[in-house]
Amino acid sequence: MGHSGINVLIEGTNLTRLLGGLWTSVWIAALSLLIGLALGTIFGMLRTLHNRVIRFILMLYLEFFRIVPTVVLLFLFYYILPRQFHINWPASWMAVIAFALWVAAEFSDIVRGALQSVPKHQRETGEALGFNNWQLFRYVLLPQAVQLELPATINLATRVIKTTSLLLMISVMDVINIGQQIIEANNQNYPTGVFWVYGLIFFLYFIIDYPLSRWAKHLEAKQKQ
Amino acid sequence: MKFKINWKKIITGAMAIASVAALTAGVNFARPTTANAASNNSSVSAIKKRGQLRVAVFGDLPPYGWVNKNGKRVGYDVTLARQMAKDLGVKPKFVQVNANNRVDTLNSDKADIVLANFTVTPQRKQVISFAKPYMKVSVGVVSPKNKKISSVSQLRGKKLIVNKGTTAENYFTSNAHGASLMKFDSKTQQFNALKNGRGAALADDNSYLYAWTKKNPKYTVGIKSVGPHQYIAPAVKKGNTSLLNWSNKEITKLNKQGFFTKDYNSQLKPYFGSEVKPSDIILKQGK
Repeated sequence: MGHSGINVLIEGTNLTRLLGGLWTSVWIAALSLLIGLALGTIFGMLRTLHNRVIRFILMLYLEFFRIVPTVVLLFLFYYILPRQFHINWPASWMAVIAFALWVAAEFSDIVRGALQSVPKHQRETGEALGFNNWQLFRYVLLPQAVQLELPATINLATRVIKTTSLLLMISVMDVINIGQQIIEANNQNYPTGVFWVYGLIFFLYFIIDYPLSRWAKHLEAKQKQ
Repeated sequence: MKFKINWKKIITGAMAIASVAALTAGVNFARPTTANAASNNSSVSAIKKRGQLRVAVFGDLPPYGWVNKNGKRVGYDVTLARQMAKDLGVKPKFVQVNANNRVDTLNSDKADIVLANFTVTPQRKQVISFAKPYMKVSVGVVSPKNKKISSVSQLRGKKLIVNKGTTAENYFTSNAHGASLMKFDSKTQQFNALKNGRGAALADDNSYLYAWTKKNPKYTVGIKSVGPHQYIAPAVKKGNTSLLNWSNKEITKLNKQGFFTKDYNSQLKPYFGSEVKPSDIILKQGK
Protein backbone atom coordinates (compact mmCIF):
# COMPACT_ATOMS: atom_id res chain seq x y z
CA MET A 1 0.00 0.00 0.00
CA GLY A 2 2.72 2.40 0.99
CA HIS A 3 4.41 2.03 -2.37
CA SER A 4 1.30 2.25 -4.51
CA GLY A 5 2.21 5.86 -5.34
CA ILE A 6 4.72 4.62 -7.91
CA ASN A 7 1.77 3.55 -10.06
CA VAL A 8 1.10 7.20 -10.78
CA LEU A 9 4.07 7.07 -13.14
CA ILE A 10 2.74 4.25 -15.30
CA GLU A 11 -0.92 5.27 -15.33
CA GLY A 12 -2.27 6.32 -18.74
CA THR A 13 0.22 8.31 -20.76
CA ASN A 14 1.87 9.89 -17.71
CA LEU A 15 5.37 8.55 -18.31
CA THR A 16 5.44 9.48 -22.01
CA ARG A 17 4.18 12.95 -21.10
CA LEU A 18 6.94 13.38 -18.52
CA LEU A 19 9.56 12.26 -21.03
CA GLY A 20 8.03 14.61 -23.58
CA GLY A 21 8.42 17.41 -21.04
CA LEU A 22 12.03 16.40 -20.50
CA TRP A 23 12.62 16.56 -24.25
CA THR A 24 11.24 20.13 -24.26
CA SER A 25 13.69 21.07 -21.49
CA VAL A 26 16.58 19.36 -23.26
CA TRP A 27 16.07 20.86 -26.72
CA ILE A 28 15.59 24.35 -25.31
CA ALA A 29 18.80 23.95 -23.28
CA ALA A 30 20.72 22.44 -26.22
CA LEU A 31 19.64 25.05 -28.75
CA SER A 32 20.32 27.91 -26.32
CA LEU A 33 23.77 26.48 -25.63
CA LEU A 34 24.51 26.13 -29.34
CA ILE A 35 23.56 29.72 -30.13
CA GLY A 36 24.95 31.07 -26.86
CA LEU A 37 28.35 29.41 -27.25
CA ALA A 38 28.77 30.66 -30.82
CA LEU A 39 27.77 34.18 -29.86
CA GLY A 40 29.82 34.02 -26.67
CA THR A 41 32.96 33.04 -28.60
CA ILE A 42 32.60 36.11 -30.81
CA PHE A 43 31.94 38.39 -27.84
CA GLY A 44 34.85 36.85 -25.94
CA MET A 45 37.19 37.50 -28.88
CA LEU A 46 35.96 41.06 -29.21
CA ARG A 47 36.62 41.61 -25.54
CA THR A 48 40.32 40.86 -25.96
CA LEU A 49 40.63 43.62 -28.60
CA HIS A 50 41.98 46.96 -27.57
CA ASN A 51 38.92 48.91 -28.65
CA ARG A 52 37.64 50.52 -25.45
CA VAL A 53 34.10 51.21 -26.71
CA ILE A 54 33.48 47.60 -27.73
CA ARG A 55 34.94 46.32 -24.49
CA PHE A 56 32.78 48.68 -22.46
CA ILE A 57 29.56 47.76 -24.26
CA LEU A 58 30.27 44.06 -23.93
CA MET A 59 31.12 44.45 -20.27
CA LEU A 60 27.79 46.19 -19.65
CA TYR A 61 26.08 43.37 -21.53
CA LEU A 62 27.84 40.75 -19.44
CA GLU A 63 27.03 42.49 -16.17
CA PHE A 64 23.38 42.92 -17.14
CA PHE A 65 22.86 39.24 -17.86
CA ARG A 66 24.93 38.16 -14.88
CA ILE A 67 23.15 40.40 -12.36
CA VAL A 68 19.54 40.05 -13.53
CA PRO A 69 18.05 36.76 -12.27
CA THR A 70 17.13 34.31 -15.02
CA VAL A 71 13.49 34.27 -14.03
CA VAL A 72 13.32 38.05 -14.49
CA LEU A 73 14.94 37.66 -17.93
CA LEU A 74 12.30 35.12 -18.88
CA PHE A 75 9.49 37.46 -17.76
CA LEU A 76 11.13 40.31 -19.64
CA PHE A 77 11.27 38.31 -22.87
CA TYR A 78 7.90 36.62 -22.53
CA TYR A 79 5.67 39.39 -21.16
CA ILE A 80 7.33 42.76 -21.54
CA LEU A 81 8.91 42.61 -24.99
CA PRO A 82 5.73 41.46 -26.76
CA ARG A 83 3.85 44.32 -25.16
CA GLN A 84 6.35 47.06 -25.88
CA PHE A 85 7.55 45.96 -29.28
CA HIS A 86 4.77 43.67 -30.51
CA ILE A 87 7.06 40.69 -30.90
CA ASN A 88 4.91 37.67 -30.24
CA TRP A 89 6.66 34.37 -30.61
CA PRO A 90 5.89 31.09 -28.88
CA ALA A 91 7.10 30.83 -25.29
CA SER A 92 9.73 28.20 -26.09
CA TRP A 93 11.40 30.45 -28.68
CA MET A 94 11.38 33.37 -26.28
CA ALA A 95 13.01 31.08 -23.74
CA VAL A 96 15.69 30.08 -26.26
CA ILE A 97 16.48 33.74 -26.95
CA ALA A 98 16.67 34.66 -23.27
CA PHE A 99 18.79 31.63 -22.42
CA ALA A 100 21.06 32.03 -25.47
CA LEU A 101 21.80 35.68 -24.59
CA TRP A 102 22.47 34.68 -21.01
CA VAL A 103 24.81 31.85 -22.10
CA ALA A 104 26.56 34.21 -24.53
CA ALA A 105 27.22 36.68 -21.73
CA GLU A 106 28.60 34.09 -19.32
CA PHE A 107 30.58 32.34 -22.04
CA SER A 108 32.14 35.54 -23.34
CA ASP A 109 33.84 35.90 -19.98
CA ILE A 110 35.09 32.31 -20.07
CA VAL A 111 36.46 32.82 -23.60
CA ARG A 112 38.10 36.10 -22.70
CA GLY A 113 39.79 34.50 -19.69
CA ALA A 114 40.96 31.54 -21.73
CA LEU A 115 42.29 33.69 -24.59
CA GLN A 116 44.18 35.90 -22.18
CA SER A 117 45.73 32.95 -20.42
CA VAL A 118 47.27 31.56 -23.59
CA PRO A 119 51.02 32.18 -23.04
CA LYS A 120 52.15 35.50 -24.45
CA HIS A 121 54.96 34.03 -26.54
CA GLN A 122 52.40 32.07 -28.57
CA ARG A 123 50.79 35.29 -29.74
CA GLU A 124 54.15 36.91 -30.37
CA THR A 125 55.32 33.93 -32.39
CA GLY A 126 52.19 34.17 -34.50
CA GLU A 127 52.74 37.87 -35.05
CA ALA A 128 56.33 37.20 -36.02
CA LEU A 129 55.08 34.76 -38.66
CA GLY A 130 53.01 37.59 -40.13
CA PHE A 131 49.56 36.38 -38.99
CA ASN A 132 46.84 39.00 -38.95
CA ASN A 133 44.41 39.32 -36.07
CA TRP A 134 41.90 36.83 -37.45
CA GLN A 135 44.58 34.26 -38.29
CA LEU A 136 46.02 34.66 -34.80
CA PHE A 137 42.63 33.85 -33.28
CA ARG A 138 41.85 31.04 -35.66
CA TYR A 139 45.15 29.15 -35.70
CA VAL A 140 46.96 30.09 -32.52
CA LEU A 141 44.75 31.38 -29.74
CA LEU A 142 41.39 29.62 -30.18
CA PRO A 143 42.71 26.03 -30.42
CA GLN A 144 44.62 26.52 -27.19
CA ALA A 145 41.83 28.45 -25.49
CA VAL A 146 39.26 25.73 -26.22
CA GLN A 147 41.26 23.33 -24.06
CA LEU A 148 41.31 25.78 -21.23
CA GLU A 149 37.66 26.76 -21.39
CA LEU A 150 36.16 23.28 -21.75
CA PRO A 151 35.60 22.43 -18.05
CA ALA A 152 33.98 25.82 -17.35
CA THR A 153 31.80 25.41 -20.45
CA ILE A 154 30.48 22.04 -19.33
CA ASN A 155 29.79 23.54 -15.94
CA LEU A 156 27.80 26.29 -17.66
CA ALA A 157 25.89 23.65 -19.67
CA THR A 158 24.79 21.81 -16.52
CA ARG A 159 23.62 25.12 -15.06
CA VAL A 160 21.55 25.88 -18.16
CA ILE A 161 19.92 22.44 -18.05
CA LYS A 162 19.01 22.90 -14.39
CA THR A 163 17.69 26.41 -15.01
CA THR A 164 15.16 25.12 -17.57
CA SER A 165 13.08 24.27 -14.51
CA LEU A 166 12.15 27.98 -14.45
CA LEU A 167 10.38 27.59 -17.79
CA LEU A 168 7.12 26.73 -16.05
CA MET A 169 6.92 30.42 -15.08
CA ILE A 170 6.33 31.35 -18.73
CA SER A 171 3.84 28.59 -19.59
CA VAL A 172 6.35 26.29 -21.31
CA MET A 173 5.35 22.66 -20.86
CA ASP A 174 8.66 21.51 -19.43
CA VAL A 175 9.18 18.44 -17.28
CA ILE A 176 8.40 20.26 -14.00
CA ASN A 177 5.18 21.76 -15.35
CA ILE A 178 3.93 18.38 -16.57
CA GLY A 179 5.02 16.83 -13.27
CA GLN A 180 2.79 19.30 -11.42
CA GLN A 181 -0.14 18.52 -13.73
CA ILE A 182 0.26 14.82 -12.97
CA ILE A 183 0.62 15.37 -9.23
CA GLU A 184 -2.55 17.45 -9.06
CA ALA A 185 -4.56 15.18 -11.35
CA ASN A 186 -3.71 12.14 -9.22
CA ASN A 187 -3.85 13.59 -5.73
CA GLN A 188 -7.10 11.77 -5.07
CA ASN A 189 -5.92 8.25 -5.92
CA TYR A 190 -2.22 8.59 -5.15
CA PRO A 191 -1.56 10.97 -2.25
CA THR A 192 2.12 9.91 -2.25
CA GLY A 193 2.41 10.50 -5.99
CA VAL A 194 4.18 13.80 -5.39
CA PHE A 195 7.18 11.92 -4.02
CA TRP A 196 7.40 9.61 -7.02
CA VAL A 197 6.91 12.28 -9.65
CA TYR A 198 9.49 14.64 -8.18
CA GLY A 199 11.71 11.62 -7.50
CA LEU A 200 11.63 10.68 -11.17
CA ILE A 201 12.27 14.28 -12.22
CA PHE A 202 15.26 14.39 -9.88
CA PHE A 203 16.53 11.17 -11.42
CA LEU A 204 16.03 12.47 -14.98
CA TYR A 205 17.94 15.69 -14.32
CA PHE A 206 20.62 13.66 -12.56
CA ILE A 207 21.26 11.27 -15.46
CA ILE A 208 21.64 14.22 -17.80
CA ASP A 209 23.78 16.41 -15.61
CA TYR A 210 25.95 13.85 -13.82
CA PRO A 211 27.85 12.53 -16.88
CA LEU A 212 28.53 16.13 -17.91
CA SER A 213 29.91 17.00 -14.53
CA ARG A 214 32.06 13.82 -14.48
CA TRP A 215 33.41 14.74 -17.90
CA ALA A 216 34.33 18.23 -16.70
CA LYS A 217 36.16 16.76 -13.68
CA HIS A 218 37.99 14.33 -15.91
CA LEU A 219 39.14 17.09 -18.26
CA GLU A 220 40.27 19.23 -15.37
CA ALA A 221 42.31 16.37 -13.93
CA LYS A 222 43.88 15.78 -17.34
CA GLN A 223 44.90 19.44 -17.60
CA LYS A 224 46.65 19.36 -14.26
CA GLN A 225 48.98 16.60 -15.39
CA MET B 1 45.56 56.07 -11.82
CA LYS B 2 43.30 58.96 -12.62
CA PHE B 3 42.14 57.06 -15.68
CA LYS B 4 40.57 54.25 -13.61
CA ILE B 5 38.51 56.64 -11.49
CA ASN B 6 37.04 58.05 -14.66
CA TRP B 7 36.07 54.60 -15.75
CA LYS B 8 34.19 54.06 -12.52
CA LYS B 9 32.30 57.30 -12.97
CA ILE B 10 31.33 56.32 -16.49
CA ILE B 11 30.09 52.95 -15.31
CA THR B 12 28.11 54.47 -12.46
CA GLY B 13 26.59 56.97 -14.87
CA ALA B 14 25.67 54.27 -17.34
CA MET B 15 24.12 52.18 -14.60
CA ALA B 16 22.07 55.17 -13.46
CA ILE B 17 20.84 55.77 -17.00
CA ALA B 18 20.06 52.08 -17.39
CA SER B 19 18.05 51.99 -14.18
CA VAL B 20 16.10 55.10 -15.13
CA ALA B 21 15.35 53.48 -18.48
CA ALA B 22 14.26 50.30 -16.74
CA LEU B 23 12.00 52.29 -14.42
CA THR B 24 10.39 54.10 -17.31
CA ALA B 25 9.80 50.79 -19.03
CA GLY B 26 8.32 49.51 -15.77
CA VAL B 27 5.91 52.42 -15.51
CA ASN B 28 4.87 51.80 -19.09
CA PHE B 29 4.37 48.17 -18.24
CA ALA B 30 2.13 48.90 -15.28
CA ARG B 31 -0.19 50.99 -17.40
CA PRO B 32 -3.02 49.00 -18.93
CA THR B 33 -2.59 48.45 -22.63
CA THR B 34 -5.65 49.22 -24.64
CA ALA B 35 -6.29 47.01 -27.60
CA ASN B 36 -7.29 49.32 -30.41
CA ALA B 37 -9.42 48.15 -33.28
CA ALA B 38 -6.63 48.21 -35.86
CA SER B 39 -4.22 45.90 -34.06
CA ASN B 40 -6.65 43.84 -32.03
CA ASN B 41 -5.44 40.29 -32.35
CA SER B 42 -8.28 39.03 -30.20
CA SER B 43 -11.39 40.52 -31.80
CA VAL B 44 -14.10 38.06 -32.79
CA SER B 45 -13.27 38.53 -36.47
CA ALA B 46 -9.54 38.02 -35.85
CA ILE B 47 -10.27 34.82 -33.92
CA LYS B 48 -12.56 33.52 -36.65
CA LYS B 49 -9.97 34.38 -39.29
CA ARG B 50 -7.29 32.52 -37.34
CA GLY B 51 -9.66 29.61 -36.70
CA GLN B 52 -8.37 29.43 -33.16
CA LEU B 53 -9.52 30.74 -29.78
CA ARG B 54 -6.51 31.05 -27.50
CA VAL B 55 -7.71 30.35 -23.97
CA ALA B 56 -5.64 30.71 -20.80
CA VAL B 57 -6.53 27.88 -18.42
CA PHE B 58 -5.08 26.23 -15.33
CA GLY B 59 -3.30 22.94 -15.78
CA ASP B 60 -3.05 21.90 -12.14
CA LEU B 61 -6.38 22.83 -10.63
CA PRO B 62 -8.86 19.97 -10.62
CA PRO B 63 -11.81 20.18 -11.08
CA TYR B 64 -11.60 23.54 -12.93
CA GLY B 65 -8.67 23.16 -15.27
CA TRP B 66 -6.37 20.14 -15.22
CA VAL B 67 -4.94 17.37 -17.37
CA ASN B 68 -6.23 13.81 -17.05
CA LYS B 69 -4.12 10.68 -17.27
CA ASN B 70 -4.52 10.53 -21.03
CA GLY B 71 -3.00 13.97 -21.38
CA LYS B 72 -6.33 15.62 -22.19
CA ARG B 73 -7.26 19.00 -20.73
CA VAL B 74 -10.50 18.73 -18.78
CA GLY B 75 -12.43 20.58 -16.06
CA TYR B 76 -15.28 23.02 -15.50
CA ASP B 77 -13.46 25.98 -17.11
CA VAL B 78 -12.07 23.84 -19.92
CA THR B 79 -15.54 22.53 -20.79
CA LEU B 80 -16.75 26.12 -21.00
CA ALA B 81 -13.74 27.00 -23.17
CA ARG B 82 -14.46 24.17 -25.60
CA GLN B 83 -18.14 25.24 -25.78
CA MET B 84 -17.22 28.87 -26.46
CA ALA B 85 -14.78 27.86 -29.18
CA LYS B 86 -17.41 25.60 -30.69
CA ASP B 87 -19.97 28.41 -30.73
CA LEU B 88 -17.44 30.68 -32.41
CA GLY B 89 -16.85 27.96 -34.97
CA VAL B 90 -13.15 27.69 -34.17
CA LYS B 91 -10.77 25.34 -32.37
CA PRO B 92 -9.60 26.07 -28.81
CA LYS B 93 -5.88 26.45 -28.18
CA PHE B 94 -4.95 26.22 -24.50
CA VAL B 95 -2.24 28.30 -22.85
CA GLN B 96 -1.47 27.01 -19.37
CA VAL B 97 -1.20 29.70 -16.68
CA ASN B 98 -0.55 30.06 -12.97
CA ALA B 99 -2.70 32.24 -10.75
CA ASN B 100 -0.20 35.10 -10.81
CA ASN B 101 0.42 35.33 -14.55
CA ARG B 102 -3.18 35.41 -15.75
CA VAL B 103 -3.28 39.19 -16.26
CA ASP B 104 0.11 39.32 -18.01
CA THR B 105 -0.75 36.41 -20.29
CA LEU B 106 -3.76 38.36 -21.49
CA ASN B 107 -2.10 41.75 -21.77
CA SER B 108 1.00 40.51 -23.56
CA ASP B 109 -1.31 38.91 -26.14
CA LYS B 110 -0.56 35.28 -25.32
CA ALA B 111 -4.27 34.50 -25.06
CA ASP B 112 -7.58 35.96 -26.23
CA ILE B 113 -9.55 35.08 -23.13
CA VAL B 114 -8.85 33.82 -19.61
CA LEU B 115 -11.06 31.04 -18.25
CA ALA B 116 -9.01 30.14 -15.20
CA ASN B 117 -11.21 30.43 -12.12
CA PHE B 118 -10.67 34.17 -12.41
CA THR B 119 -12.38 36.14 -9.65
CA VAL B 120 -13.69 39.62 -10.49
CA THR B 121 -12.00 42.29 -8.34
CA PRO B 122 -11.89 46.10 -8.63
CA GLN B 123 -8.07 45.99 -8.93
CA ARG B 124 -8.17 43.53 -11.80
CA LYS B 125 -10.92 45.53 -13.52
CA GLN B 126 -8.47 48.40 -13.89
CA VAL B 127 -6.20 46.38 -16.18
CA ILE B 128 -8.51 43.88 -17.89
CA SER B 129 -12.22 43.55 -18.70
CA PHE B 130 -14.49 40.91 -17.23
CA ALA B 131 -17.50 39.51 -19.07
CA LYS B 132 -20.65 38.29 -17.27
CA PRO B 133 -19.84 35.90 -14.41
CA TYR B 134 -20.46 32.17 -14.67
CA MET B 135 -19.75 31.16 -11.07
CA LYS B 136 -19.74 32.52 -7.52
CA VAL B 137 -17.34 31.89 -4.66
CA SER B 138 -16.00 33.33 -1.46
CA VAL B 139 -12.75 32.88 0.40
CA GLY B 140 -12.57 29.96 2.81
CA VAL B 141 -9.90 28.78 5.24
CA VAL B 142 -8.84 25.15 5.53
CA SER B 143 -6.97 23.71 8.53
CA PRO B 144 -6.13 20.28 10.02
CA LYS B 145 -9.11 18.71 11.79
CA ASN B 146 -7.17 18.23 15.03
CA LYS B 147 -6.08 21.90 15.09
CA LYS B 148 -9.19 23.36 13.55
CA ILE B 149 -9.42 27.08 12.94
CA SER B 150 -13.07 28.03 12.86
CA SER B 151 -12.99 31.80 13.20
CA VAL B 152 -10.71 34.54 11.88
CA SER B 153 -9.78 35.56 15.45
CA GLN B 154 -7.96 32.23 15.80
CA LEU B 155 -5.61 33.26 12.98
CA ARG B 156 -3.91 35.88 15.15
CA GLY B 157 -0.16 35.24 15.37
CA LYS B 158 -0.35 32.18 13.12
CA LYS B 159 1.04 31.48 9.67
CA LEU B 160 -1.52 31.47 6.85
CA ILE B 161 -0.71 29.92 3.46
CA VAL B 162 -2.00 31.55 0.27
CA ASN B 163 -1.40 31.27 -3.48
CA LYS B 164 0.02 34.40 -5.10
CA GLY B 165 -2.41 36.24 -7.33
CA THR B 166 -5.56 34.73 -5.82
CA THR B 167 -8.51 36.50 -4.22
CA ALA B 168 -7.55 34.93 -0.91
CA GLU B 169 -4.12 36.53 -1.08
CA ASN B 170 -5.72 39.84 -1.96
CA TYR B 171 -8.22 39.71 0.87
CA PHE B 172 -5.77 38.65 3.59
CA THR B 173 -3.09 41.07 2.43
CA SER B 174 -5.40 44.01 3.06
CA ASN B 175 -7.09 42.38 6.04
CA ALA B 176 -4.70 39.96 7.72
CA HIS B 177 -6.58 39.51 11.01
CA GLY B 178 -3.20 39.31 12.75
CA ALA B 179 -1.97 36.35 10.69
CA SER B 180 1.34 36.38 8.83
CA LEU B 181 1.06 35.29 5.19
CA MET B 182 3.17 32.67 3.44
CA LYS B 183 2.80 33.08 -0.31
CA PHE B 184 3.34 30.34 -2.89
CA ASP B 185 3.48 30.29 -6.68
CA SER B 186 1.25 27.35 -7.48
CA LYS B 187 -1.60 25.28 -6.10
CA THR B 188 0.72 22.29 -5.86
CA GLN B 189 3.16 24.20 -3.70
CA GLN B 190 0.61 25.72 -1.37
CA PHE B 191 -1.07 22.41 -0.52
CA ASN B 192 2.25 20.70 -0.01
CA ALA B 193 3.17 23.49 2.39
CA LEU B 194 -0.02 22.90 4.39
CA LYS B 195 0.55 19.13 4.46
CA ASN B 196 4.13 19.66 5.64
CA GLY B 197 2.86 21.80 8.49
CA ARG B 198 4.54 25.02 7.35
CA GLY B 199 1.47 27.05 8.23
CA ALA B 200 -1.51 26.71 10.56
CA ALA B 201 -4.08 27.11 7.81
CA LEU B 202 -4.55 27.82 4.12
CA ALA B 203 -6.91 30.30 2.46
CA ASP B 204 -8.31 29.95 -1.06
CA ASP B 205 -11.66 29.97 -2.87
CA ASN B 206 -14.03 27.91 -0.72
CA SER B 207 -15.44 25.75 -3.52
CA TYR B 208 -11.93 24.64 -4.31
CA LEU B 209 -11.21 23.90 -0.67
CA TYR B 210 -14.34 21.73 -0.37
CA ALA B 211 -13.04 19.67 -3.27
CA TRP B 212 -9.63 19.41 -1.71
CA THR B 213 -10.87 18.35 1.74
CA LYS B 214 -12.94 15.64 0.14
CA LYS B 215 -9.75 13.90 -0.92
CA ASN B 216 -7.79 14.99 2.15
CA PRO B 217 -10.10 13.94 5.00
CA LYS B 218 -7.64 15.00 7.73
CA TYR B 219 -8.40 18.61 6.87
CA THR B 220 -11.57 20.64 7.10
CA VAL B 221 -12.86 23.97 5.83
CA GLY B 222 -13.11 25.52 9.30
CA ILE B 223 -14.03 28.97 8.01
CA LYS B 224 -16.51 28.54 5.18
CA SER B 225 -16.66 32.14 4.09
CA VAL B 226 -14.79 35.34 4.92
CA GLY B 227 -15.09 38.63 3.11
CA PRO B 228 -17.71 39.43 0.48
CA HIS B 229 -19.26 37.05 -2.05
CA GLN B 230 -17.32 37.07 -5.29
CA TYR B 231 -17.82 36.11 -8.89
CA ILE B 232 -15.82 34.15 -11.44
CA ALA B 233 -15.96 35.51 -14.97
CA PRO B 234 -14.19 35.24 -18.34
CA ALA B 235 -11.61 37.99 -18.79
CA VAL B 236 -10.50 39.70 -21.99
CA LYS B 237 -8.04 42.49 -22.79
CA LYS B 238 -9.22 45.93 -21.83
CA GLY B 239 -10.84 47.61 -24.80
CA ASN B 240 -11.56 44.37 -26.61
CA THR B 241 -15.28 45.20 -26.83
CA SER B 242 -15.81 42.84 -29.72
CA LEU B 243 -14.93 39.70 -27.75
CA LEU B 244 -16.39 41.15 -24.54
CA ASN B 245 -19.82 41.68 -26.07
CA TRP B 246 -19.74 38.28 -27.70
CA SER B 247 -18.80 36.62 -24.38
CA ASN B 248 -21.61 38.40 -22.53
CA LYS B 249 -24.14 37.16 -25.07
CA GLU B 250 -22.62 33.70 -24.94
CA ILE B 251 -22.85 33.44 -21.14
CA THR B 252 -26.48 34.67 -21.21
CA LYS B 253 -27.28 32.08 -23.85
CA LEU B 254 -25.53 29.27 -21.96
CA ASN B 255 -27.31 30.25 -18.74
CA LYS B 256 -30.65 29.98 -20.53
CA GLN B 257 -29.74 26.58 -21.91
CA GLY B 258 -28.78 25.32 -18.46
CA PHE B 259 -25.26 24.59 -19.73
CA PHE B 260 -23.64 25.27 -16.37
CA THR B 261 -25.82 22.76 -14.51
CA LYS B 262 -24.59 20.11 -16.94
CA ASP B 263 -21.03 21.34 -16.59
CA TYR B 264 -21.38 21.26 -12.78
CA ASN B 265 -22.75 17.73 -12.78
CA SER B 266 -20.10 16.34 -15.07
CA GLN B 267 -17.01 18.20 -13.80
CA LEU B 268 -17.55 19.53 -10.27
CA LYS B 269 -20.00 17.17 -8.59
CA PRO B 270 -17.62 14.17 -8.45
CA TYR B 271 -15.15 16.40 -6.60
CA PHE B 272 -17.38 18.37 -4.26
CA GLY B 273 -19.56 15.65 -2.82
CA SER B 274 -22.62 16.34 -0.73
CA GLU B 275 -21.24 19.34 1.18
CA VAL B 276 -21.95 21.61 -1.78
CA LYS B 277 -25.14 22.20 -3.81
CA PRO B 278 -25.00 23.37 -7.46
CA SER B 279 -26.75 26.59 -6.43
CA ASP B 280 -23.81 27.37 -4.10
CA ILE B 281 -21.54 27.60 -7.13
CA ILE B 282 -23.39 28.35 -10.33
CA LEU B 283 -25.67 31.27 -11.10
CA LYS B 284 -29.34 31.09 -11.93
CA GLN B 285 -30.00 28.82 -14.88
CA GLY B 286 -32.92 28.71 -17.33
CA LYS B 287 -35.34 31.33 -18.65
